[in-house]
Amino acid sequence: MPVTAVRIRDLRKTFGPVEAVAGVDLDIGDGEFFSMLGPSGSGKTTVLRLIAGFERPTSGTIELGGTDVTALAPFDRDVNTVFQDYALFPHMDVLRNVEYGLKVRRVPRAKRRERALEALRGVRLDGMESRRPAELSGGQRQRVALARALVNEPKVLLLDEPLGALDLKLREEMQVELKSLQRRAGITFVFVTHDQEEALTLSDRVAVLNGGRVEQVGTPAEVYEHPATEFVAGFVGTSNRIDGVCVRPEKIHVDTETGAGASAPDAGDRHAFGTVAEVVYAGAVTRFVIDLESGDRVVALQQNLRTSSMDVLGRRGARVRIGWHEAHEFHVSGAGTGTDPAPAPTS
Amino acid sequence: MTAPASTGGADARPAPGPRRRAAALLHRRPRLRLSLLLSAPLAWLVVVYLGALAAIFLTAFWTTDVFTGEVVRQFTLANFRTLLDEPVYRTVALRSLGVAVAVTLIDTAIGFPMALYMAKVARPRYRPYLLIAILAPLWAAYLVKAYAWRVMLQQGGLLDQVLEPFGLSSPGYGLTATVLVLAYLWLPYMILPVYTGLERLPDSLLDASGDLGARPLRTFRTVMLPLVFPSLVAGSIFTFSLSLGDYITVKIVGGRRQLLGNVVYDNIGAANNLPFAAAVATIPVVVMLGYLAAARRTGALREL
Repeated sequence: MPVTAVRIRDLRKTFGPVEAVAGVDLDIGDGEFFSMLGPSGSGKTTVLRLIAGFERPTSGTIELGGTDVTALAPFDRDVNTVFQDYALFPHMDVLRNVEYGLKVRRVPRAKRRERALEALRGVRLDGMESRRPAELSGGQRQRVALARALVNEPKVLLLDEPLGALDLKLREEMQVELKSLQRRAGITFVFVTHDQEEALTLSDRVAVLNGGRVEQVGTPAEVYEHPATEFVAGFVGTSNRIDGVCVRPEKIHVDTETGAGASAPDAGDRHAFGTVAEVVYAGAVTRFVIDLESGDRVVALQQNLRTSSMDVLGRRGARVRIGWHEAHEFHVSGAGTGTDPAPAPTS
Repeated sequence: MTAPASTGGADARPAPGPRRRAAALLHRRPRLRLSLLLSAPLAWLVVVYLGALAAIFLTAFWTTDVFTGEVVRQFTLANFRTLLDEPVYRTVALRSLGVAVAVTLIDTAIGFPMALYMAKVARPRYRPYLLIAILAPLWAAYLVKAYAWRVMLQQGGLLDQVLEPFGLSSPGYGLTATVLVLAYLWLPYMILPVYTGLERLPDSLLDASGDLGARPLRTFRTVMLPLVFPSLVAGSIFTFSLSLGDYITVKIVGGRRQLLGNVVYDNIGAANNLPFAAAVATIPVVVMLGYLAAARRTGALREL
């Protein structure tokens, strides 16, 4: 069991009548890439701001590395934050931005210059030292913000939707970079995002938040394959309900009505019949919306391995047979009818 | 063959009327549109505003006939020589400058914390009310406010009554009273730009500074002050220039201590020496030009 970098117990924060954080318990391990995932208003950013010390909790405790820091001001906590808007000081050049934390902590000039330059190299921004933040692109500002935080070698790095303002391509690049940076530095990352794919891609563990509460904590695979609640099942990926059980769209195999491909290994040991209501072509995959005979509506994702299959299946109104494995079914609280789910009809 | 007047096809539009044609013309010619929009205000600015300034400057180089008191339109530096040679004018000029500096400093010291409270501490939904509270005194007439202070400052007045328990008394009429009243009058002009500047300063910058280990005082010094400085300068341009040109408050509460404005006023009225009044009036203009040039370097003019 690794050391706990962040330990949160019964954390609550109310803003007037609004309870933004309603009793959160979290244990974040040392060196872990931990994500807090949730829709806006789920309290994830507030939890992050409470860890940083920008907000005072209404009740509850926060420990960093075994020390209770609940009453400490931000400047007395060994954490650093990467802000959503980067919060670079506009009146300082890149180097002075990165040096700021070291200067405040009275690191000698030569030493802090050396460390700042090294941090800038680490985020591939060497040669940009004398630029002002306004002269940088969004991705570069993001890296300066990272370097400015990492140069202080904090125990925990807090990241508040740091990739939210970047376009898709840049975001994917930065995801890879963030992950390798975290591995190299060995620092605990607490990452706030509303993007479930980002959370699943980057994290060692994910906490799914909703309405100020933690719905589930687990590895990306646990959260995705075995969602604990209906909210998690719906928020992390799409889930289909077929006769009381849930199946992920990519686990559903779409076939012609006659079952021409029924012998394929991914065809599954369960199946149902339905009519194609909508076909959405999305490049790598095609999304089928299918109305089943049972009255359920399901979404199925098919990889576009053979575009010819589109000819047969890709028609609205086409009759299809869908198949899936029983092993991929999952149940969530509130999803079933309370009775045993009826077995899928077999032909 | 003469066809009957056709009603046109179903999609034919009626011929455009003159208003529509004019609008289309303006749409095609943005410059014409701009010149129509701006010609009147520009003419006003050039003739009335800059023209008056030019007239003052020109008049300053004329003189008056000693016997008839009429303006003699002949170039001379006599007025400026008098200003430099007579110690009384130097004293008045420096005193005016001192008053303007003092008013600006007092307004900064009072205005900055108030602006900070309004922009960063008060709940956003109370901000409009605070703004109205700051602006409300501007809606009252200048003279009323100045005379109100005269009443408060007088012997046995409100100020005396309030200060008596502390062993203090009203400063009475004089330079202190002038500074006090001017600082009161121009305070909103300092608060508003500073408030705007602080409101535009993202909270995340202040959070980031604390996050990087800086205590509040350091954050104030290294992040807040440099970023709000242009707004402070913008506010000081108002308080400084308004104080430099004032003569009414001085007349009402200033006692016998005269400022530049009074010299101008007296030379126009009692002394009937318009050229000399114009020469005196160029002093604040020159001082303000110097001040603006210095302010320009701080980027403050962009905050106005």
